[in-house]
Amino acid sequence: MPKGAVAITAERCKGCGFCVEFCPTHVLELSNAFNAKGYHPPHVVAPEKCSGCNLCGMYCPDFAIFGFRLQENGQAKGVSK
Amino acid sequence: MSTTDLQVHNPVEDLLRQDRIPTIWCPGCGIGTTVNSFAHALLKQDIDLNKTAIVSGIGCSGRVSGYMNLDSFHTTHGRAIPFATGLKLANPELNVIVYSGDGDLAAIGGNHLIHAARRNIDILVVCINNMIYAMTGGQAAATTPSGSLSTTSPYGSYEPELNLVQLVDAAGASFVARWTAYHVMQLERTLEKALKKKGFRFIEVLSPCPTYYQRKNNMGDALQAMLDYKKRSKIKHGCPTWETAIVPGGDIIVGEFVDREREDYLTRMRKQLGPHYSEFPPQWDEQESMGCSKEC
Ligand code: SF4
Ligand code: SF4
Repeated sequence: MPKGAVAITAERCKGCGFCVEFCPTHVLELSNAFNAKGYHPPHVVAPEKCSGCNLCGMYCPDFAIFGFRLQENGQAKGVSK
Repeated sequence: MSTTDLQVHNPVEDLLRQDRIPTIWCPGCGIGTTVNSFAHALLKQDIDLNKTAIVSGIGCSGRVSGYMNLDSFHTTHGRAIPFATGLKLANPELNVIVYSGDGDLAAIGGNHLIHAARRNIDILVVCINNMIYAMTGGQAAATTPSGSLSTTSPYGSYEPELNLVQLVDAAGASFVARWTAYHVMQLERTLEKALKKKGFRFIEVLSPCPTYYQRKNNMGDALQAMLDYKKRSKIKHGCPTWETAIVPGGDIIVGEFVDREREDYLTRMRKQLGPHYSEFPPQWDEQESMGCSKEC
């Protein structure tokens, strides 16, 4: 069970790659798919490695991704709607 | 498990005007990254967001005031600091933050920057330095490192550049720091500290401009610029600001350079004027009772 997860709003992404580069555990990669604006949004390639540190969210200039910690029961910690 | 099953929302979004997103910023522009640090710093403080106002000038960074869900004002070019000064003097209860770019704050509005620091007006200034006039088409700015290519310096700029932290330190600011868009966590901590302090606080944040500065100078894309910041940055807290000039290709000195106690403008004014100073201008009914009534 991973310690964290990321939520991606693909339509906001501009494909800069900051999140992919600065994720300390290399959870993300830019996907081959396009969003409506023609950019390649990131996707999760190693979900088990995510610690929920939210560095991807801190770096994303377009508020398109953020990480959060998961509790034992698999629920998100502190960021529920 | 898919994250879309979980009902989650980014805490930063509470501070953004959702209807104005996506931003106009180019892919990889560092301004949005600094907004994350700023929003997290605001959320961690127990300051009243209803008493927090953000003021910007013109430019790419000037858009920040429009995207933040705070009381905000987008002023004319270079006039963010004078507007913020008036705001603070008219309503000293407000936390006033100026968020703008280098072209706006240091060149077009350069004089205001110097005098606000000299007067030690109680405002926080976040200056996004992308080293060029970006929104107007990539002209050389006062902060463009000498020798750099830009639309108005096709043979390389002949002018020496301004070192902003040295300038505001010399003018008397009470808090001076510099980070880059790469230093998201450090920037957040410095912003938290600066939000709590009184007096003129100045934070310069170097930020990539992939569309103009990086492209014109063959410096790669935004990611390349961020990696360059990572490689070249040296953290030196308390470093004398005259040693912090940014040399192309050389070290970028970052950190908190100045943290001094100095009476701010309002405190001095109150002290000097004593009982002659009233916090707010006389209210209408007071004036009427002083002589002029509606019937006269
Ligand atoms: S940092 Fe944001 S905009 Fe850049 S690739 Fe990642 S999700 Fe997209
Ligand atoms: S022109 Fe430069 S500073 Fe302006 S939004 Fe684009 S990358 Fe950012």
